[in-house]
Amino acid sequence: MASGKEIKRRIRSVQNTGKITKAMKLVSASKLRRAQGSVVSARPYKDKLKDVLSRLVASAGAAVSDPLLEVREVKRVGYVVFASNKGLAGGYNANIMKEALARVQEAEANGYEVGIVAVGKKARDFFQKREYTIDEEFLTVNDIPSAVDADAITKMIKTAYVTGKYDEVHIVYAEFRSAMSQIPKTVKVLPVETPESESADGLDYIFEPSPEVVLSQILPLYLANQVFSALTEAKAGEHGARMTAMSAASDNATALVGRLDLEYNRARQAAITNEITEIVGGANALN
Amino acid sequence: MADKTLKLEVITPERVALQDESTSVIVPGVDGELGIWPNHAPLLAGLKPGVISYKTASGTEKLVVSGGFVEVANNTISVIAPAAEKSTEIDFTRAEEAKKRALERIAKKEGIDMARAQAALARANARLSVR
Repeated sequence: MASGKEIKRRIRSVQNTGKITKAMKLVSASKLRRAQGSVVSARPYKDKLKDVLSRLVASAGAAVSDPLLEVREVKRVGYVVFASNKGLAGGYNANIMKEALARVQEAEANGYEVGIVAVGKKARDFFQKREYTIDEEFLTVNDIPSAVDADAITKMIKTAYVTGKYDEVHIVYAEFRSAMSQIPKTVKVLPVETPESESADGLDYIFEPSPEVVLSQILPLYLANQVFSALTEAKAGEHGARMTAMSAASDNATALVGRLDLEYNRARQAAITNEITEIVGGANALN
Repeated sequence: MADKTLKLEVITPERVALQDESTSVIVPGVDGELGIWPNHAPLLAGLKPGVISYKTASGTEKLVVSGGFVEVANNTISVIAPAAEKSTEIDFTRAEEAKKRALERIAKKEGIDMARAQAALARANARLSVR
């Protein structure tokens, strides 16, 4: 059995780790609240944009065309993978990577070339280790993502698509369900697939100056918004996953300290019993 | 109907920047300013960086947008823009600096994206115009 001193040291170490995980849990909880807020406040814009785009396509018909809608024969596919910069978020990154890798291998099996755009250090490291080409990396995304963060990514994939570097662009991210559950998801963002119109109110719009111009203004916003909402959801999910993981770690630390305390007391008792036996034995020998 | 009003909402990716009732709205269309009055026909128009001015019961208010587009339907005007700020929210020193930067880049003309510099200049000018 380990000596009392050793156990004591172990207890202290576990307690310290517990303090750290507890602090991280609290930090993640507050970041999660803010990130969730930004997911919610981004919703009206997202819905409106989708709504208008679908009605625009419905009322302008197939007459409209735009470089971002152009479907080409696929040779090279870009995958934008959203992961975190830091670990300690439970299975969050592993789940995203599993999804991303499956998609990438699927594309390769179809004979496409693959390029990776890594958002977050974990995504970069994962694909670097497997010797994929990292075409671009974005490692400085804020904890509460702003439109500026998303714009840099959007600009990059848009340019890559228009110049023919990629013939399709997919984004892989964790859809935010709750703090406990994030579901990895892959969405094709380029060429833009226009959403189906839900409310066929058939308004006859006047387009100013023309359907093409309006479309050419909406499509980049739509694309940017898809990237932005993926980013906000991914971040909210990351904070949620970290909070859950750290909460479990704190609980484990408390349980472990309890067990070690018991062990320590037992060792102490055993030592005392031992001493008494020795003293008694010594006294008996004197008689 | 003289007291007929329009619902005006300005939505950006990060928030709903404005929700108000207005009697008439002027927006900066791609090909020039567009005035929108109640009972306007359904309209979808592209916007350029500029000022939206709208009349309310308490006077004329101004709001700067950085592009986007406007949808008019059923007496509701929805402006969807990458960014929008009320005149009281604008950081004029920052706008001044942005303008200076953009002008420098346009003057140099080398190795830069001309369209981007010009767009930045337009945004800065729009912000400064409501001072």
